[in-house]
Amino acid sequence: MQSDEQKTNTEMAQVEKIIGLILQIGVLISAIIIGVGLLLLLFTGQSGYPGQTFPTHFGAILSGIVQFKPFAIMMLGLFCLILTPVLRVVVSIYAFAKEHDRLYVVITSIVLVILVFAMVLGYLDI
Amino acid sequence: MLQTVLIIFGIGILAGVLGAILGIGGGIIITPILTLAFGLDIKYAIGASVISVIATSSGATIAYIKDDLLNLRVAMFLEIATTVGAIVGAVLVGIVQPNFLYVLFGGLLLFSSWNMYRKLRAGSEVLHRPQPDPVAEKLRLNSSYYDKNTQQQVDYQVEHIPGGLGVMFGAGLASGMLGIGSGPFKVMAMDTVMKMPLKPSSATSNLMMGVTAAASATVYFFNGAILPQIAAPLAVGVLIGATLGTRVMQILPARWIRIIFVPLLLYIGGQMILKGFGVSF
Repeated sequence: MQSDEQKTNTEMAQVEKIIGLILQIGVLISAIIIGVGLLLLLFTGQSGYPGQTFPTHFGAILSGIVQFKPFAIMMLGLFCLILTPVLRVVVSIYAFAKEHDRLYVVITSIVLVILVFAMVLGYLDI
Repeated sequence: MLQTVLIIFGIGILAGVLGAILGIGGGIIITPILTLAFGLDIKYAIGASVISVIATSSGATIAYIKDDLLNLRVAMFLEIATTVGAIVGAVLVGIVQPNFLYVLFGGLLLFSSWNMYRKLRAGSEVLHRPQPDPVAEKLRLNSSYYDKNTQQQVDYQVEHIPGGLGVMFGAGLASGMLGIGSGPFKVMAMDTVMKMPLKPSSATSNLMMGVTAAASATVYFFNGAILPQIAAPLAVGVLIGATLGTRVMQILPARWIRIIFVPLLLYIGGQMILKGFGVSF
């Protein structure tokens, strides 16, 4: 009983370590992309887009990135940042599954479904 | 351009530090600064503030997960209420009078600051309930954390789960409508209603804000309310500030955090009520 619990504890500590690492990488990647876009903007002094406009859709952002347009790179980084909490929910489902906590796998999955629903709503309702 | 970017970067650091310490997203700080000092349209200020909420949350969560302050079960369970609230809020924006909401939420903030003030005077935190809450037991929401300040492992129990869920739904509503993290409401739901200690409440609120904000952020992103030249330097600044703030928070006693919290809640509450009655400043 005691050793079983200890085993789960060390296993959980390892899972938490991996989760922490995944999240750190996610946040770091977003920060780097935003940072690169910002530096490019400051050095070139140009956003790559006329006037106050900027790209808000995947197609426009992707074609802007290919042309090294600062605003396009910044928007990609910001979108990655928006996804980091979603990533947090996804890895939490994994953690609860590792812990054999079925109740919380279900609860966290419900949260993910609600989040995806909200995102689809945002994408379609333009 | 360089000057504006640097100033906004600085505001980001400040908001990140404050946000991480107080368990708020910084949206409440950023929206007034951007609209009042920079004359930015409220729509873009809200868009930038949502990004800063996510940055504070993601930046701080990384630190908290290592320190065992976070209660992931409480976070995910309550997140059902906040995300649904955020969606309802986003839908309601076009229907309900915003003035009414400002007054309502302002009143709630004032109530919560009074509550915290009362706790300050009452002294130490109440951790052990004489009667364990059956719902909390069933959902395994009770947990423990290591307090770096007193150097003790603290076991705690939570209670009044339905009440907490109700306040969380309201927090989600506010978040969806106003583009804020509504951290004070989330901390209030856990700390005041569910009787969770302040430090884990604060850490858990930080994680929850990011998840709630992510839902409304995509809407703002796709409809062009997130300006890259404002949101990008803000995000980087907030990420750095949140990392710094998390370090400071672990050394500060809970009492100090409350002392900072009480006047802040009073101020924001008053500001919201005045805005509801059409007083601008």
